[in-house]
Amino acid sequence: MDPITLSRWQFGLTTVYHFLFVPLTLGMGWFVAYMQTRYYQTKDETFHKMAKFWGKLFLINFAIGVVTGIVQEFQFGMNWSEYSRYVGDIFGAPLAIEALLAFFMESTFMGIWIFGEGRVSEKVHLTSIWLVAISSNLSALLILLANGWMQHPVGYVINQATGRAELVDFFALVTNPKGWLFFGHTIAAGLATASFLILGVSAYHIVRKNNVELFKRSFQLAAIVGLVGSLLVIIDGHSQGQYVYQTQPMKMASIEALWNTEQPASFSVLTIGDLSGKKEIWSLRIPGITSFLACNNFNCAVQGVNDIQTQYQQQYGPGDYIPLMVVTYWAFRFMFLIGFLMAFLTIFFLFALRGNIEKAKWLNWVPWVIVLPYISNMSGWLLTEMGRQPWIVQGLLKVQDAVSPNLTTVDLLISLIGYVVVYGSLAGAMFYLMRKYAIAGPDAAMHESVDVEPALIGAQD
Amino acid sequence: MSYEFLQILWFILIGVLWVGFYFLEGFDFGVGMLLPFLGKKDEERRAIINTIGSVWDGNEVWLLTAGGATFAAFPQWYATMFSGFYLALFLLLVGLIIRGISFEYRSKDANPAWRNRFDWMIAIGSFLVSLLLGTAFANLAEGVPIDAKMMYTGNLFTLLNPYGLLGGLTTVSIFLVHGANLLSLKLEGDLRERAHALSKKIWIVAVILDLLLVVATYIFTDVYARLGTNPGIVPATAVITLLLTGLFINRKQEGWAFIMTGLSIVFTQITYFMIMFPRVMISNTNPDWSLTIYNASSSQYTLTVMSIIALIFVPIVLAYQGWTYYMFRKRISAKKETLVY
Repeated sequence: MDPITLSRWQFGLTTVYHFLFVPLTLGMGWFVAYMQTRYYQTKDETFHKMAKFWGKLFLINFAIGVVTGIVQEFQFGMNWSEYSRYVGDIFGAPLAIEALLAFFMESTFMGIWIFGEGRVSEKVHLTSIWLVAISSNLSALLILLANGWMQHPVGYVINQATGRAELVDFFALVTNPKGWLFFGHTIAAGLATASFLILGVSAYHIVRKNNVELFKRSFQLAAIVGLVGSLLVIIDGHSQGQYVYQTQPMKMASIEALWNTEQPASFSVLTIGDLSGKKEIWSLRIPGITSFLACNNFNCAVQGVNDIQTQYQQQYGPGDYIPLMVVTYWAFRFMFLIGFLMAFLTIFFLFALRGNIEKAKWLNWVPWVIVLPYISNMSGWLLTEMGRQPWIVQGLLKVQDAVSPNLTTVDLLISLIGYVVVYGSLAGAMFYLMRKYAIAGPDAAMHESVDVEPALIGAQD
Repeated sequence: MSYEFLQILWFILIGVLWVGFYFLEGFDFGVGMLLPFLGKKDEERRAIINTIGSVWDGNEVWLLTAGGATFAAFPQWYATMFSGFYLALFLLLVGLIIRGISFEYRSKDANPAWRNRFDWMIAIGSFLVSLLLGTAFANLAEGVPIDAKMMYTGNLFTLLNPYGLLGGLTTVSIFLVHGANLLSLKLEGDLRERAHALSKKIWIVAVILDLLLVVATYIFTDVYARLGTNPGIVPATAVITLLLTGLFINRKQEGWAFIMTGLSIVFTQITYFMIMFPRVMISNTNPDWSLTIYNASSSQYTLTVMSIIALIFVPIVLAYQGWTYYMFRKRISAKKETLVY
């Protein structure tokens, strides 16, 4: 394997891994802040326990996001030095600002929140969890503005003297619609992810008659937020589709397996491709739907993959400009089917909550819904990143020209295997703790650093 | 603001971020390395972790910000150093990861084997990162092979040369003293005494290594040609404060001892940046191929934008981080009920 392929695998794996934990952090922060605020206002002990219990799960998850986030910032220079040289003048700024504005605030106030209960005033303690929630979402905004720039570069010129892209309009960079659409989509997905974790864990305890009042309250709150979150994800996603149609037509066409330009453009219900992942064998399509996804009416023309390929070859020179369609096509379908399923599930839960859910048989199955947002989050991330291939910055720089030229296959094998081993162990420890604390319930979480004996947890199971 | 002024300003700012990181995270690394040796019982180990539990993450952000600021202000420096020091940085990242996760996870399970494993990961991670950082900065002062295209042409073992490793070991030893001084300042009773005794012993090693490093710096770097026999007040302060540390340790003036190791770390770091300036990556292949603040920087526009942002937010960050230290200034006892981490 060559260094480029290995670098791509390493970046893909470390980024997807990091993003497994980030959405929950983004969403759960708001939940915990809200619950603690309600406790502060009402002095209702149930809200106190809720904040402690969900806060504990929040912390276990948060730690992994923090430690894997450092890798994210370093690997642009480590693995993609030519990228960093070429666009660092623009791309470095949001990263530096993210560290200065968001990371400092997040880490400092997280420290106060964990360590400060009973040591600082209740008001300061409450403020710190709000600042943690705000700063983690602020950090998402800045990194998504950076990513938005890679998808849709704005506010720059190519300086012939220095041979690189340089920033000329900071305002354009921070108001890039691409980044803001990503941001809306991501924070809504974060809320939905946290909601589904709360729904699943609450159902587990309601079935077992454990802290029913607390978990019913959590379940209801999560069903409402989950519905709002998944609807916002869908609405924002639809707006994103139209923006992709305008700015990244190849990504749009590859999502829909649309080979030739059509007007109106049909939607593929099922397309079977060959093993290269880039050729169609058989397809079943509904007319007009892709036009709706792309431009909000059923009759516009959508460019096909073959036509864009021809056009790009004239514009950028010879090369393969088609993303790996088997990934973009299926990732999109997983993402949006699960997104709709999540919206329907929360509507169902809200209707069911009008009656008594405690005896409902289906509640036994609800813990499994926890996996849904994880699959769609990962699919969405893969879709947007792989749909940009072969570009690292759309229309400006290709991935193959961005890699660090000094790295050898051995260097990359060492780091790639190293990351897999370390990240794998982290995931094991994290899953073990999450499961243990989720099952142990709120009474165990009341102690800050828990001395719950393993046997005790087994007894409650 | 002129372009050159901005380039110098950002060199200084990145220097300040590194100095801040070294001063703060220096004691976190020292405490981390001492953890399994100083803490005999579980409560003791928890007390040790609790001295830095609420601040280690905030301290680490200084490193992240230094990285981000280097990317934004000197993309060529960021690209050359991070790709060039690839495996060293990979090991550094592994060290930071296993250390960070261990702080948060070690007390969340009662199993002694689980806790012991994470304690050792804290110690090993802290050691690895201290050693690598010290080695990296010694190499930055000494110069590394860089070609005409700003590309690093060495490998991991190029960095592990005698001067580099001496820099690494010196950093480890000073961080250990700094950490032990913090522990004797923050802990109570028996633990406090043991931390104090340990600090006394390691101080001797640190002084020997530091004096060796001073001599080696005259041999291996171009400091003599640039600063002469008398290098001035900054490097002298670095050595003098380290010597004074011993005095204060002996007198059991823990606060002063801690301030002295802190100052020694700060002035050592400033010395490294003085040796480098205005170069940021010294090429020992050909001095003309060195990266400088002039050929490695971002455009004037980007530096201006970043300066405005830094001007607004750096004071705010300093204010709330300082406030945290003030709030959690009390000593930590090894009583179970009061421990968090």
